[in-house]
Amino acid sequence: MQKALTLYDTTIGKKAVLAVTGIVLFGFVIAHMLGNLQVFLGPEQLNGYAKKLHDLGPLLWAARGVLLLSVIAHIVVAIQLVSRSTAARAVGYRLQKSAITSYAARTMKISGPLLALFIVYHLAHFTAPGVPMGSYEHSRTDVYANVVSAFSIPWVSGVYIVAQLLLGFHLYHGAWSLLQTLGLSHPRYDGKLRTVAQTIAMVVVFGNLSMPIAVLAGVVK
Amino acid sequence: MAKTMKLTLNIWRQKGGTDPGRFERHELSDVSEHMSFLEMLDVLNEKLLAEGKDPVAFDHDCREGICGMCGMVINGRPHGPQEATTTCQLHMRQFHDGDEITIEPWRATAFPVIKDLVVNRGAFDRIIQAGGYISVRTGAARDANEIPVPKPDADLAMDAAQCIGCGACVAACPNASANLFVAAKLAHLSLLPQGQPERYDRVRKMVAQMDAEGFGHCTNHYECMAACPKEIDVEFIAKMNRDMLKAMVGERDEVASRKK
Amino acid sequence: MQLDSKAPSGPIETRWDRHRFEMKLVNPANRRKFRVIVVGTGLAGGAGAASLGEMGYNVLSFCYQDSPRRAHSIAAQGGINAAKNYQNDGDSVFRLFYDTVKGGDFRSRESNVHRLAQVSVNIIDQCVAQGVPFAREYGGLLDNRSFGGAQVSRTFYARGQTGQQLLLGAYQALERQVESGSVKMNARTEMMDLIVIDGVARGIVTRDMVSGKIEAHLADAVVLATGGYGNAFFLSTNAKGCNTTAIWRAHRRGALFANPCFTQIHPTCIPPSGDYQSKLTLMSESLRNDGRVWVPKSADDCGKDPSSIPEKDRDYYLERLYPSFGNLVPRDIASRRAKEVCDDGRGVGPKVEGVRRGVYLDFRDSIKRLGEKVVRERYGNLFDMYERITGENPYKVPMRIYPATHYTMGGLWVDYNLMSTIPGLFVAGEANFSDHGANRLGASALMQGLSDGYFVLPYVLGNYLAQTKLEKIDDGHAEVKKTVAEVQERIDKLLSMGGKRTPDSFHRELGALIWDNCGMARNGKNLQKAIDRIPELRAEFWSNLLVTGGGEELNQTLEKAGRLADFMELGELMCRDALARDESCGCHFREEHVTAEGEAQREDDQFMHVAAWEYSGDVSKPTLHKEKLEYEFVKPSQRSYK
Repeated sequence: MQKALTLYDTTIGKKAVLAVTGIVLFGFVIAHMLGNLQVFLGPEQLNGYAKKLHDLGPLLWAARGVLLLSVIAHIVVAIQLVSRSTAARAVGYRLQKSAITSYAARTMKISGPLLALFIVYHLAHFTAPGVPMGSYEHSRTDVYANVVSAFSIPWVSGVYIVAQLLLGFHLYHGAWSLLQTLGLSHPRYDGKLRTVAQTIAMVVVFGNLSMPIAVLAGVVK
Repeated sequence: MAKTMKLTLNIWRQKGGTDPGRFERHELSDVSEHMSFLEMLDVLNEKLLAEGKDPVAFDHDCREGICGMCGMVINGRPHGPQEATTTCQLHMRQFHDGDEITIEPWRATAFPVIKDLVVNRGAFDRIIQAGGYISVRTGAARDANEIPVPKPDADLAMDAAQCIGCGACVAACPNASANLFVAAKLAHLSLLPQGQPERYDRVRKMVAQMDAEGFGHCTNHYECMAACPKEIDVEFIAKMNRDMLKAMVGERDEVASRKK
Repeated sequence: MQLDSKAPSGPIETRWDRHRFEMKLVNPANRRKFRVIVVGTGLAGGAGAASLGEMGYNVLSFCYQDSPRRAHSIAAQGGINAAKNYQNDGDSVFRLFYDTVKGGDFRSRESNVHRLAQVSVNIIDQCVAQGVPFAREYGGLLDNRSFGGAQVSRTFYARGQTGQQLLLGAYQALERQVESGSVKMNARTEMMDLIVIDGVARGIVTRDMVSGKIEAHLADAVVLATGGYGNAFFLSTNAKGCNTTAIWRAHRRGALFANPCFTQIHPTCIPPSGDYQSKLTLMSESLRNDGRVWVPKSADDCGKDPSSIPEKDRDYYLERLYPSFGNLVPRDIASRRAKEVCDDGRGVGPKVEGVRRGVYLDFRDSIKRLGEKVVRERYGNLFDMYERITGENPYKVPMRIYPATHYTMGGLWVDYNLMSTIPGLFVAGEANFSDHGANRLGASALMQGLSDGYFVLPYVLGNYLAQTKLEKIDDGHAEVKKTVAEVQERIDKLLSMGGKRTPDSFHRELGALIWDNCGMARNGKNLQKAIDRIPELRAEFWSNLLVTGGGEELNQTLEKAGRLADFMELGELMCRDALARDESCGCHFREEHVTAEGEAQREDDQFMHVAAWEYSGDVSKPTLHKEKLEYEFVKPSQRSYK
């Protein structure tokens, strides 16, 4: 008797996992950006927002759990798929020219791991344990001060800016590609959906970029 | 008078599956612009033969772009630089005097090299065996006009059914994925009313076989569509994904039934 | 030898039904005990192997390509005929039968043709059920078109790729049986010889084209569905691998070869462009519906830009000679007239070996009348193909066309049960001679292949197996060992000559000889010249051949050489048959037999027969047997297209 085939056994199933977790993470970065943009509204607004989040208690932990699982699943599946595709072409071409793919699509394998590293750095920096990357004290309650102090250090801001560019590439391909993977694309509205998805992705990136740049430029103090 | 050109060819030579293989360099002059790419290789082979050397082995048969037997990667592009064209239909007027041309076989673990530019595409046959058909007994069919098929569906099914099984999609894909080939067959059959009874079972079986053959996954580069000599559209891949997800989540199969 | 067609008698409409009832059956439980070999996976072989496997027989299938899906049936463009009368335009089984017998110029067997017309309707049903995406009308029902000058619209089609879609249907049915275990598929395996034991076909010897392994496969019956032998001409519209080896080896083992000189030349192919030409590409003859065929009146204008040649200096020769049919005259006539004007020095296009071989097919007037858009809708893909191959834009410059060998009506002689003169050896599709007489009508080849495969072989095989007692044999049988040894010896010989000439150079010379002397127009003097020359060329082949590499590897030069060795023998038989048939009929145009209007003149009192040739042990001394043809239902008449 043949073992029952489960969706997760198939490459299409794994890709679906990648896409669904991608949606969760995409949703998160949108929310994350909207939350953080409150830095432009002043310290009270931002710190108040942070406190509200903390006061959610179990709900916050549930959300963090979902996010953590999504990140882990996203990474595990990506590693499995990449190792499969490496094995699928064990001997490469001397010369291979691509015709229509994008730079973003071709570099998913690079932008992905770098973003994973960035997430670790970012969490360590701002969340737990909270490592000041320069000569200031990390505060558990004054998020605004942390942001301003950290982004005032050029190299820290530099890391964030580079990471946001990477995120941009990752989302530029991922945000519409997941529609195709989940079978939701259709030639009739494919082009429009693609534009919408990529526009949202770019909004996220520019929103996130605005913060370190604003601090460096002295707009946010 | 036809223009002629002088070319430098870098051709992959490999005696058999276990030979590591290498590139071999050949100069060829007086190549007419009206020759097909394979005729150019014929001329090279006649020359090699006359020198007592082993000619370059390559697959080809109909030489009119429909049998799907020919295929090689020419200067980094499966079937060469011209769109919607098989290697046999590619003509030398696409090249220029003095060009250097690199010729390689399809590279995919699921398509092992047999010799030189010849690869084994048996994996495609095994995927069809897994379910790429409509089960109908010879002689058991009802009158052909009893099953009306909306013209748009029939036309779209024909778009998908045009696949010639050459393997250029696999060769072009950065992941050596066979998604376009499998999706085209699935779309051809699942767009027609005759294909409905086996629709979800078919997608499960063909996808499982595709994976078992060691092809890579799809990362939506769409390089397959660009390389396809029959211009088969990636919309069929979305359709396959949709059907597969539906099949695995919602539809019953023998294995999924509760044991009695 | 007395040739018995075993054709039933009585009213033509009931012959096949009655015969089907009278045939013996094999119990379903016993079928798996019978092993059947099917060589070739085109429409006939693929459909046959799939159907036999489905019935429960133990089937071994072989093809030389890397996959059964590549068989050359795939290249058929136009369509498939069936007497469905969906268009209510007066079609019927009898009309299709009548048209086919007449189209074959009264050189085919009435019983076979009627059976073909009768099962044509089942073929369409079967293919639609398999999912063949035939063209549809807006109401969702099947569309038809008129093809090849037929008066009714009975042709079903799938864009310009009907053969591909029908073949993929058969291929998928075949793969379904491979999966179920009833068919074992052997791709990249070429049949090298037939094993005949006590006068009965019991198996084949094959060469694994990758490892070079020579192997015997034994069975209770052998089916050859290996296609035609048009590549005898070297340049043809056939696939490069198409060959005569399977049927020629069977012929040498005792199967009679019928009407080898009946070869169809298709008028609308792209002309050769140089001496490196490897094959010729056919374009659908539907092009002649809107294109006008012409050449310059004067040979002096032939090198000029066609747009600079004024109307008065153009010779629209088909319209001039055939005012009522014009450019739509049948294939053989259009081809022959093109050859005549080129022989007259009025051909166009580049000179290949000193002669311009091509005539214009001009769409200028159609584009003017219908607009470029309409022309593009009708013929866009053909125009694109033409431009890819020639580099010329047919919307601006007239196309150049020239005839090319396309289909062979001749083949192994078979009786009504598709069995050759060797018991247990069945022949199906283009490989047999049976249904098309001296000329095949458009959209009939696909019909015949599938008819043989789906609806005839399953019955006649059972009938044979049910009443035949065969002794059990194994690889150790003396005759099996002997056949294997002969195959090996032949391969060793091909590899060891150490000569100077490549297989292709011999093949080009042979092809040119047959084309010039046994092509579109033939005469006694030229045929004799070819018959004298071919044995000399053959002798040179067997002493001066150059093949590099070994036998135990993929060796494409060796494959070519082996196939060519058989063409060298068949080529002579084609010429001998053409010489013996001292009449004109259908495709076979003997310049000595012409009506006052310049058309083919049949000599029914002497040649209303099938010429079936027996191998005598000497290729140059074949023995002729005749199967007399009788026409009870269609009265022989003279074709006229004026």
